[in-house]
Amino acid sequence: MLRVDIAKQLGEFHIEARFASEGRVTGLFGASGAGKTSLINMIAGLLRPDRGTIAVDGEVLDDTAAGLHVPVHRRRIGYVFQDARLFPHLDVRQNLDYGRRMNRLAEDAAARARITDLLDISHLLGRRPGHLSGGERQRVALGRALLAQPRLLLLDEPLGSLDEQRRVEILPYLVRLRDEASIPMIYVSHDPDEMRQLATNIVLLKRGRVAAFGGIEVLTAIPSPA
Amino acid sequence: MFELSPTEWTAIELSLRVATVATLVAAPLGIAVAWLLARRDFWGKSLLDALIHLPLVLPPVVTGYLLLLTFGRRGLVGAWLADHLGIVFAFRWTGAALACGVMSFPLLVRPIRLSIEAVDQRLEQAAGTLGAAPLRVFLTVTLPLALPGVLTGMVLGFAKAIGEFGATITFVSNIPGETQTISSAIYSLIQTPDGDSAALRLVVVSVVIALAALVGSEWFARRATKRLHGN
Repeated sequence: MLRVDIAKQLGEFHIEARFASEGRVTGLFGASGAGKTSLINMIAGLLRPDRGTIAVDGEVLDDTAAGLHVPVHRRRIGYVFQDARLFPHLDVRQNLDYGRRMNRLAEDAAARARITDLLDISHLLGRRPGHLSGGERQRVALGRALLAQPRLLLLDEPLGSLDEQRRVEILPYLVRLRDEASIPMIYVSHDPDEMRQLATNIVLLKRGRVAAFGGIEVLTAIPSPA
Repeated sequence: MFELSPTEWTAIELSLRVATVATLVAAPLGIAVAWLLARRDFWGKSLLDALIHLPLVLPPVVTGYLLLLTFGRRGLVGAWLADHLGIVFAFRWTGAALACGVMSFPLLVRPIRLSIEAVDQRLEQAAGTLGAAPLRVFLTVTLPLALPGVLTGMVLGFAKAIGEFGATITFVSNIPGETQTISSAIYSLIQTPDGDSAALRLVVVSVVIALAALVGSEWFARRATKRLHGN
């Protein structure tokens, strides 16, 4: 479903990555500075590759040779950022509803109830992001991305800004999401434990290049947390 | 006795109309320019920036004269507008509004630009990933978050417009009932032998309007900020 074959120069740093992924959760694994975020920013359309192609479900989103670049808002690729990025001027309900409004989708109370239940955020709907804990904020960000009905969901270290206790609190939601929502995900992390619990296959990124690709056995080659 | 004569009322009403129209017409343009300056890099950006600030540093009489040359009956733009659209600025209250709009434009743009610059661009990116096209990102994220700055800019612009004198009197003269604003009425009155008390009354009125605008803007900005942060 996801095919990536791109090159990008960012200052001194060069990214050249090529992989295809069919799995439910593809773990994009590597130390910080390996180019993980730049890579998924290119998949999301926030960053334009210098050269190469990106395709999702057979639809080409980037093809530099053909001069093709589908803008970010037409890609239908959800993105959960490390820092949640909820809209501070909207309450939780309006944040969750934002993607539906922007994509002009019909109101679907059942879908919203299912996701707010799954993420345990039904009791937060009237609150502003400023009054949520870090873990709650991240769960709302997840719900917001899901309710826009993306065909692919990118998660950029969604637990990265949380302390250990909160991580343990959120991880089960992600596992449930993987098992109950039928949206393929790209999960970025530098934590092998998270990867083992969530990912169905792994892309190992090292200094801007794909060093290994395969099932989670790829992680056994990693001696200790990066 | 604080009783205003019909002529004074006319001047006050005209000032309010001129400043309101100038602010309302300049605001959308000011927001667009502020966004360009805050978020886009293009050739001639510093030139545009300088051009907008020109009325702030030029003698108002020079700005007024330039407006007369450009938008006067025989001016390049003025003649075209009069012939094709029937819009006349010279010696009309609309010309006063134009002069006030130009003079207050830098004060309008600056706070809006600063508040747009302060909006976290990562939120705009997030809106894009949720399917919002650039214009909708601007309308649903950038503009609401920049609202306190927009209000501040509009009030500053309004206050400047209501007090504008030099460019207005040069461009559209000082015609009672058409282009005689509070400022030019005061100017006329203090040159007439017994106009002192009338001038003083208008001075009081302009102080009251200016104070009301400042207090109002403070109140609006505080409310808007509160709403944004949901307290």
